Amino acid sequence: MIEVGVVRTGTANLASVLAALRRIGCACSVVERPDDLVKSRVVVLPGVGAFGQAMEGMRERGLVDALRLHFSEGKPALAICLGMQVLFESSEESPGVVGMGLLPGSVVRIDSAILPQIGWNRIDATGCAFQKSGHAYFANTFAVPHGEFGDWKVSQFEYGRSYVAGIERGAQLACQFHPELSGQLGLDMLTCWMAEARSC
Amino acid sequence: MLTKRVIPCLDVDAGRVVKGVRFQNLRDAGDPAELAAQYERQGADEIVLLDVSATNEGRRARRDVVAKVREAIAIPLTVGGGIRDVESAREVLEAGADKVSVNTAAVEFPEMLREMHDHFGAQCVVLALDAARVDGGWEVMTHSGTKRTGLRAAEWAKQAEELGAGEILLTSWDRDGTRSGYDLDLISNVRAQVRLPIIASGGAAGPEHMIEAYRAGADAVLAASIFHDGDYSVEDIKRAMQSSGLEVRL
Repeated sequence: MIEVGVVRTGTANLASVLAALRRIGCACSVVERPDDLVKSRVVVLPGVGAFGQAMEGMRERGLVDALRLHFSEGKPALAICLGMQVLFESSEESPGVVGMGLLPGSVVRIDSAILPQIGWNRIDATGCAFQKSGHAYFANTFAVPHGEFGDWKVSQFEYGRSYVAGIERGAQLACQFHPELSGQLGLDMLTCWMAEARSC
Repeated sequence: MLTKRVIPCLDVDAGRVVKGVRFQNLRDAGDPAELAAQYERQGADEIVLLDVSATNEGRRARRDVVAKVREAIAIPLTVGGGIRDVESAREVLEAGADKVSVNTAAVEFPEMLREMHDHFGAQCVVLALDAARVDGGWEVMTHSGTKRTGLRAAEWAKQAEELGAGEILLTSWDRDGTRSGYDLDLISNVRAQVRLPIIASGGAAGPEHMIEAYRAGADAVLAASIFHDGDYSVEDIKRAMQSSGLEVRL
């Protein structure tokens, strides 16, 4: 059994995710194959790069079905940035590529003069359990328009328009921002989420 | 609303932070991981680490420094210096960088920007553009400011955006280390050509210079010696920015 499996979805940024999780006292392992993923009690899905490439890479390594199963069974999970976007149905970044479809809706290009959005934006996390309002670090060109997502609780940020900053339910948290790079606020969110993930 | 970023820069040579004027006469300024952690506590939005020593030597040393700084902070880390290709970028990313900045290699082989974009995403690719004033504009410099390229700064920035860069670290070679303020005309000149975020660099002596840079079109400001010398803390700068009406993270 793997306590926390951090899925290798590409190269970038994995070290920062691992450093933040270790800092909050989490023993984590990098998982690359589906059989390691199904052994993971808690799954972390980081992700940078492009939507189409990420889906293709995960599909090639047989990770999509294992991830879909883990998420759909409500098991503890954290998805970050592109890791959150691939949970949706599709993205304007890679037309024609099918996402995991675990969450309804599409990812769109952000409507703003300066792109990518790089830096600290204020998130409004009113009513959320793990997420806290404050400034979090974003690095993205695409995002999910803010809206209603059934029994999921949603936080939002403004950049030209209003978009989903994070979405959470049960022991699952998906963030467009990078909690691992959001200073103390991010570490507090991770600690809070991990406490719930451990208890179930 | 996206806040304006303040970014301390660590110029690292042989594992130590150094400072100098126009990349010359380097003096010791401390341990990279300790300084990075101190700046995070002061409210730094990000850390930039530039390995000034070498394009060819000390890859292992650089990886060790990057890993130590990564362990010490929970904010973004950009690493530059000696990034020649996708493979050397991957090395620093695996060691703990979130973004890589490229300068000389991108000028010599522009397609590298596209390759890095395709491998790591635009948000990971920072074009470091060193510009020097010449008649009627700015010329791109490489090799730590020792080599002229004949390229115009704004044109190169535009080309880099098309190739896949996600951010521009714009350094005025004339102002670097001089404390005479950012080159505001350079910032607005490049701003007019690209949609990418611009990090202004070179010449800061105090908060008024940072505020001017934002008004000229910068999205972030970078400074080194004013922080290393203790003239201002990051928080001092941010409070002054906030008083002038800019949105900051405090």
